[in-house]
Amino acid sequence: MKNHNTLLDNLAPRKFGNRGTIWVIFLIIVIVLGLIAYIDQVRTGQVVTNMRDYALWGIYISNFVFFVATSFVGSVTVAILRLTNNSWRTPLVRIAEIITFTSIVMAGLTIMIDMGRPDRLLNLFIHARLQSPITWDVIIIPTTIALSFLLLYFPLLPDLAILKTFYKKTKPKFSKWYGKLSLNWTGSESQKAIQEKSIKIIAVLIIPVSIILQTIDAWLFSTTYRIGWDSTNMGAYFISGAFVAGLGALVTMVFIIRKVRGLNNYITDYHFDKLGKFLALACLTYLYFNINEYLIPIFTAPVEEDIHLNSLVFGEWAPLFWFAQIIGLLLPLVILLFNKGRKPLPMFFVGLMVVIGSWWKRYIIVIPTLLHPFLPIEGVPESWHHYFPSAHEWIITIATLAMALLIITLFVRYLPVIPIQRTADENNIPSIKKNTES
Amino acid sequence: MEHNKKNSRRKFLNNGLKLGFVSAIGGLGLSHLSEKLNASNKTNSEDKVELMTTDGSLIQVDASDVVAVKHADHHDTKYNVREGIPNRKFVMVIDLAKCKNALKCVSACNKHHYVTGENAWLKVHKMQESKDTAPYWMPRTCMHCDQPACVTVCPVDATFKRRDGLVLIDNERCIGCRFCMAACPYSIRVFNWSEPEQGEMSEITLNMMDMGHENPSIEYAGVPSRKGTPDKCDFCPHQIHENKLPHCVTACPNGVFYFGDKYEDTVTNGEETLRLTKLLKDKAGYRLLEELGTAPSVYYLPPVNRLVDFDKGLENYSEFESVEKPKSVEKPE
Repeated sequence: MKNHNTLLDNLAPRKFGNRGTIWVIFLIIVIVLGLIAYIDQVRTGQVVTNMRDYALWGIYISNFVFFVATSFVGSVTVAILRLTNNSWRTPLVRIAEIITFTSIVMAGLTIMIDMGRPDRLLNLFIHARLQSPITWDVIIIPTTIALSFLLLYFPLLPDLAILKTFYKKTKPKFSKWYGKLSLNWTGSESQKAIQEKSIKIIAVLIIPVSIILQTIDAWLFSTTYRIGWDSTNMGAYFISGAFVAGLGALVTMVFIIRKVRGLNNYITDYHFDKLGKFLALACLTYLYFNINEYLIPIFTAPVEEDIHLNSLVFGEWAPLFWFAQIIGLLLPLVILLFNKGRKPLPMFFVGLMVVIGSWWKRYIIVIPTLLHPFLPIEGVPESWHHYFPSAHEWIITIATLAMALLIITLFVRYLPVIPIQRTADENNIPSIKKNTES
Repeated sequence: MEHNKKNSRRKFLNNGLKLGFVSAIGGLGLSHLSEKLNASNKTNSEDKVELMTTDGSLIQVDASDVVAVKHADHHDTKYNVREGIPNRKFVMVIDLAKCKNALKCVSACNKHHYVTGENAWLKVHKMQESKDTAPYWMPRTCMHCDQPACVTVCPVDATFKRRDGLVLIDNERCIGCRFCMAACPYSIRVFNWSEPEQGEMSEITLNMMDMGHENPSIEYAGVPSRKGTPDKCDFCPHQIHENKLPHCVTACPNGVFYFGDKYEDTVTNGEETLRLTKLLKDKAGYRLLEELGTAPSVYYLPPVNRLVDFDKGLENYSEFESVEKPKSVEKPE
């Protein structure tokens, strides 16, 4: 971090290498396969899934809940750390903003995959009824998309202006685009004041909005008379779960991007240590709500709920349940308590465990409940008593995950993943042209 | 003070002026309208037609005003599918003491609603609360709740509650989110995961054409089924409309089902007609999952003093099938 030039060289977007190209092609192939599967699903109907009248929601919904959860990271790291003046967030915020925006866009897409009649999507607006939690979702998801886009875009403005000058000679076309996107950013005092104020407003706004988003997501379940969903704990439980899932996704992404882009000087052990402590806090909170959700009901559980809890803890769902609890929560928590556990490489594995555990945790929240109705499951084929996703469902779901990774990859390709201007400012590196500092 | 008074006077004048302006425009518009209305009366005054009113007096009407009455079809014009029949409240009573799992209700329901999937709208559950309590057979229709959870959560008003108590589905509007199915504590809803096999020229479509509907309509009880939307027991509005009993009621050989109007306080199973309140009082009627507060329209009478042994019903019992599959290639039954 000696001077502005090396800073720019390090942080400016870089062309894909061989690995990068192969990675993108791989993702596109997966997405195309998913698209084909989805078209088939629309044509023949959702009979191609393994969802049936009892397991009426499947991984489409649990995957949706997962995406919604990971989108929480933006408000946690960017907004909360900003408002509490935690300066260690600087090299991490852009990645968090990218994850947030991508996740919420993908959440909006995946929920549509679950619709039996996607051709009637507009009915959600034409015939909207405010009392339905789905309508709340229809309102809050676009709101979050808009806000998280602004949260990504406004802090980018100075960086885009820097890139405009940086690429002026080497890549005039890029330069032109960055210039357009930078909205004539000159770095003048008045511009800075406006930008600062806007970011502050967005940061304050995104906290309630994403808390509402997580809560509405929880209410999709808790507004029904279903055992395991009909719980007043649900809103807080989902928020704390999103805290964990989002940070897990951030840790994993930060490690990978750091490695691929060689950013070891910018994202240091210090940052991982801080992130690790933050994730440990998230895990502890989540543990608390898990105890509320699964342990305490044992005392007063009515028969149906007892059956449900038993099948989770000891029965059919026990392997997945304990996988999600141990790999996704307890083991990471234990690892994070040690200094060595918060070094970059262990943190990467912790992040990965958390993400995978969180994904399956959503599955455990959505599906077993549906298979434990109040009245016995009778008069339907034997296979309807169980649920495991079909090939179509897997392909489509994996394609949505691939699409999320592709969007993130493209952002990393074309945007500076670490804020250049702010890094320069914080390290007192004067810019070459002296146009930004006064 | 002086200044203030002046100000308020100015305000008053200003407002008065605005009001006057608005009323002037309104008046102008009104006079225009009335002119037009009068004009049409004046122009065709030559050809008059003599008509008789309903009370027998003769009147003269301008010929141009005579318009052919659009011929009312099968239904009376006041019948609104979403509103239902005013001043009625349909209820059902299911006497568990009489049910011996004959399954005639199920097959009649399947036949008349063209249920071709694998999950019937009406099912008979084999119930036993605990090891030591007696087993019994429990037919389960849609409860047509007065506080229907499915209607509350529907984002597009595709499932709705009528004034006569019926909860129905507009499967031309439904977006297929299945939230209603998740919300229903009785798990009664059935989804069309693929294109329903009722066929273009099946009996159902022909039936509808007879009734003068070009398009499938919920007036015929939410059928034909639509891919990607749910179905459910509908209390047979097509039967009610013709003053007939729902198919399950008439099909049951044991008189298990009573159907009627709560406001009239009568229910009938086709053989006997009883006072609803008295029946519920005498036989200790109850509703399913009352504690949830869904306020069902279906009442159950407890399975006491049964004439037939529970085990007799086991002959018909099949755990994994509720819709009989046609054995030949022909249409179901």
